[in-house]
Amino acid sequence: MNQLALLGHVALSKLAAFGRAGMILFQSLVAKPQPLIMFPLFIKQVYFVGVLSLIIIVVSGLFIGMVLGLQGYTILVDYGSEQAVGQMVALSLVRELAPVVTALLFAGRAGSALTAEIGLMKATEQLSSLEMIGVDPLRRIVAPRFWAGFVCLPILSAIFALVGVYGGAIVGVEWLGIYDGSFWANMQNSVDFYDDVLNGLIKAVVFGFVVTWIAVFQGYDCMPTSEGISQATTKTVVYASLAVLGLDFILTAVMFGEL
Amino acid sequence: MNEFDDVVIDIQKLSFSRGERSIYNEVDIKIPRGKITGIMGPSGTGKTTLLRLIGGQLKPDRGAILVDGENIPELGRSDLFSVRERMGMLFQSGALFTDISVFENVAFPIRVHTDLADDMIRDVVLMKLQAVGLRGAHNLMPSELSGGMARRVALARAIALDPDIVMYDEPFTGQDPIAMGVLVNLIRRLNNSLGHTSIIVSHDIQETLGIADYIHIIADSKVIASGTPEELRQVDSPQVKQFMHGLPDGPVPFHYPAGDYETDLLRGQG
Repeated sequence: MNQLALLGHVALSKLAAFGRAGMILFQSLVAKPQPLIMFPLFIKQVYFVGVLSLIIIVVSGLFIGMVLGLQGYTILVDYGSEQAVGQMVALSLVRELAPVVTALLFAGRAGSALTAEIGLMKATEQLSSLEMIGVDPLRRIVAPRFWAGFVCLPILSAIFALVGVYGGAIVGVEWLGIYDGSFWANMQNSVDFYDDVLNGLIKAVVFGFVVTWIAVFQGYDCMPTSEGISQATTKTVVYASLAVLGLDFILTAVMFGEL
Repeated sequence: MNEFDDVVIDIQKLSFSRGERSIYNEVDIKIPRGKITGIMGPSGTGKTTLLRLIGGQLKPDRGAILVDGENIPELGRSDLFSVRERMGMLFQSGALFTDISVFENVAFPIRVHTDLADDMIRDVVLMKLQAVGLRGAHNLMPSELSGGMARRVALARAIALDPDIVMYDEPFTGQDPIAMGVLVNLIRRLNNSLGHTSIIVSHDIQETLGIADYIHIIADSKVIASGTPEELRQVDSPQVKQFMHGLPDGPVPFHYPAGDYETDLLRGQG
């Protein structure tokens, strides 16, 4: 009986946390727009969340593209169809790897930083003092960070795919000697804008929403102690990664399930 | 309790608890306008909690907190923020924004709530910093300040907009004797010249007695005594006497509630 009560308690507290997360998102995003105040704050966060994530995204994209090219070549060359390496690299990047890996890296690099920053602001009473100055911390602190993550992740994902394709080309064409005409032509013929590029972009948008939402909520809702902040940062990375992988399956099933 | 002509904050039958522990139980407190009111009491009695309740950051279980007739616990989010524009609060930790300089910290409320030109803001900020003795530090970042200096910058920020009500949470803790004297004078002078209402939460008895017009002493979830410093010195209640004279033995326990000391120590040997 105790086990049952415990289960109920856990379920209720998770549900309550979900409700709080919804409220925080609603209160930070639904308000009178103040573009003159909000835009500079947003740009600052785009720099911290997006621009500073560029290096890890570009380097990872390059290596993943190169590995895809190498693996694809060693398999496809047995069947004499190594020209299809370009198609394989591009499709796997655009449809899957770019949005998913970018979101996972983003959760680790930017998401954890957002959580820790907001959590520390809470622990050092900076959020309270904003409130007492008459400024809503949800609007001032949470909203610009949320929008920055939401906007940056799709762009980072596109950059990841682009760099990855070039990585594949470096290995496939420059190193292994695939004829570059067929490498690029195969890619061009098989990648469809709506079915592949747009669907990949939709995934990135969804991941951007979910990862940033989890990150700002965990920061805002954390216990204002050092232990609380460390737990919140861990939760951000774990929950965001699981959410990305789970949602990726659902989105893939919806987008490509009938193929 | 004395009745005041003009009450700015009227707390009626306030009850608040954290978990099982009752912090306030049906407490009535009146804060007179334009005066310095001290809230004193042993640590852990919820003095800071009282400031947070007045600021609307915590909601009471029961009771009303009227600030100029507006009941804080019943206000909506946006009304609450507009009431807070009339309040300044000095946090115990200072709570400066760590990503901007001392100057920008003090300028922050002015930039948010007014349309003043930049050179005007500069003058106001430097005047506020001069008042707390830190004009020369305006280019420093909060991480370069000592705890006492950070508290003084926070004070400059709290009074930047000349609020009607200023709440000081332990303003004297961690200050050296010189800064302490300056702060006491400053709070007095600000109160007299700007005519705002000051609420000082503190357990520095001598400083608070020296500066406050009126004092409430809180213990055991209740207000155990209220009055002017002279009246409180005359009070016969053993609880008040113990606190005013800092005696370890008396009705107010020094120890957090616990079981028998000896049994507790011997239990480990079993």
